Amino acid sequence: MPVQAMYDYRATPADRQENFHGNQLVYIGWDQHLMFCSPVCLPLPPDMPFRDLVRDVLPGAYATHPDWAHIDWDAVEWNVDGEPFVPDMDAGLADQGIGHKSVIRFRTPGLNGIGGVAT
Amino acid sequence: MAAKRLNLREKYQKFTRDLAWEPTYQKKSDIFPQTEFEGIHIHDWDKWEDPFRLTVDAYWKYQAEKERKLYSIIDAFSQNNGQLNVTDARYVNALKLFLTGISPLEYAAHRGFAMAGRQFGGVGPQVACQMQSIDELRHCQTQIHTISQYNKYFNGFHDWNHMHQRVWYLSVPKSFFDDAMSAGPFEFVTAISFSFEYVLTNLLFMPFMSGAAYNGDMATVTFGFSAQSDESRHMTLGLEVIKFMLEQDERNVPIVQKWIDKWFWRGYRLLSLVSMMMDYMLPKRVMSWKEAWEMYFEENGGALFEDLSRYGIRMPKYWEVSVKEKEHLSHQLWATFHNFGHAAAFHTWIPEESEMQWLSEKYPDTFDKYYRPRFEFWRQHTKEKGRWYNPTLPMLCQTCQVPMLFTEPDDPTQICYRSSQYNGEQYHFCSDGCKDIFDDEPEKYVQAWLPVHQIYQGNCGGASIPEVLEYYHLVDGQDNKEYLESNDRANWLRWKGMADTEADREVQAVVNE
Repeated sequence: MPVQAMYDYRATPADRQENFHGNQLVYIGWDQHLMFCSPVCLPLPPDMPFRDLVRDVLPGAYATHPDWAHIDWDAVEWNVDGEPFVPDMDAGLADQGIGHKSVIRFRTPGLNGIGGVAT
Repeated sequence: MAAKRLNLREKYQKFTRDLAWEPTYQKKSDIFPQTEFEGIHIHDWDKWEDPFRLTVDAYWKYQAEKERKLYSIIDAFSQNNGQLNVTDARYVNALKLFLTGISPLEYAAHRGFAMAGRQFGGVGPQVACQMQSIDELRHCQTQIHTISQYNKYFNGFHDWNHMHQRVWYLSVPKSFFDDAMSAGPFEFVTAISFSFEYVLTNLLFMPFMSGAAYNGDMATVTFGFSAQSDESRHMTLGLEVIKFMLEQDERNVPIVQKWIDKWFWRGYRLLSLVSMMMDYMLPKRVMSWKEAWEMYFEENGGALFEDLSRYGIRMPKYWEVSVKEKEHLSHQLWATFHNFGHAAAFHTWIPEESEMQWLSEKYPDTFDKYYRPRFEFWRQHTKEKGRWYNPTLPMLCQTCQVPMLFTEPDDPTQICYRSSQYNGEQYHFCSDGCKDIFDDEPEKYVQAWLPVHQIYQGNCGGASIPEVLEYYHLVDGQDNKEYLESNDRANWLRWKGMADTEADREVQAVVNE
């Protein structure tokens, strides 16, 4: 039973994509950089090219970290919804399988946070 | 002829058990419609044992006496400007978190026990729930009087109930209680009376009340003491209800175990807020979160579950994870509020050197290695570029609603990500414990009011932080942000006649050994 109730109770999910005014939610986490205490949540257009995400969105979230300026973007390892991922920089998010409430994680080899201990 | 005086036993019989009657023209299941749908089987409600045997006339007399004492102390506190005797104005921020996070739960408990009492089919639990319902209302009222006193002198207390309905981190305690209240009566009392009040309450109450005493806050100590004798009755109700269900029918055992697993984990996640109060917010520390967890959960809780093993009940699922997390919990929580201090109804700060030293001693394996670098970077950042805040909103756990800040139980460098698919949509969790709770009743949690998602849907006054703060009824630059830059601190120095530099020397980390 999907809920313990006195009758066949059906709920309305609170966070369907259509509630976000044309955007989809995307969660982003920079592995090993826990000065940012948790992954972040952003509403983004589903057709936003991955390149724009990297160029325009990520700096707003992460550029205050001293490792940021040293990232070699060709070496970054991406992961979407738990699977290794190779982004197509020109394709939109949704077109490459990054859906509503997907989690994008990235790892920056050699850059493991302040003091090298994931801060 | 004068009426014969009743002895205690007779009085208890007349005033509780004899209040019930067998219905003749209505079905019992129509009168108590919620007693069966949870799957709990009760054969004989008269087997309910009430160790306190409290009758309503005695209850009224005791409570009135406690009220008289309480209010005379609160009056004296107010007349003597007792708020000036706390160790440091930073302490008041722990109070802000407690009074905005927990006091509304006392009121919710008042409602919840009134509902549970109405739904139980036996008079023993009906009377016990009714008294607890009245207790909880009283606790809420006494805490409001304390809020009222502190609100005259410090920021952030002015609209606690409104904040409880809206502010992002207060959705953690609010959703905890809403979850319990929207369950059936048996799950509700297992959640609140057993898992929270019996198993975990010492971790909320003892450190906090000792913390208040140790930091000179007699107003809080007073409502604490006034509530304490009620709490022991509540704990007894918690244990009684568990034993009653387990003894009534074997089929109840797996259901009760499932609820214990769920509500241990939900309560533990809620208490993560207390961990940072203990380790970071009390200017004079009582004990570390780690020590408290060892004493109150691992030792006391371990003994309790050993007792319950004769009914076939084991330790709550994932208790081992809580033991691994005790080394990290408070640091990760305080770091989170440092990230989002611009959207909180209390002030945050970087621990001073003496406090970091204390944290190193209490957490020799983790603080210096993983957490000190974070705080030192932020301290440097404050000096060079101003106070650092996280510019983006956090991803929240669908079940506990805490930001996804917890790391893998065996890897403190890796955020713990868990997820489930339900009806074509993804849901995310901070832990296996929260994922299991969702997976068991997804229809319940898909409707969670997650503050971050609500902001992005446009339901919280706007998309910018100032707009959201207005929706929360928080005044930017007054109720939130860095303690060192706060009005609270400026006022405190003025009242105490201290210069800026003296203030830093005044407070040192002290531990009550």
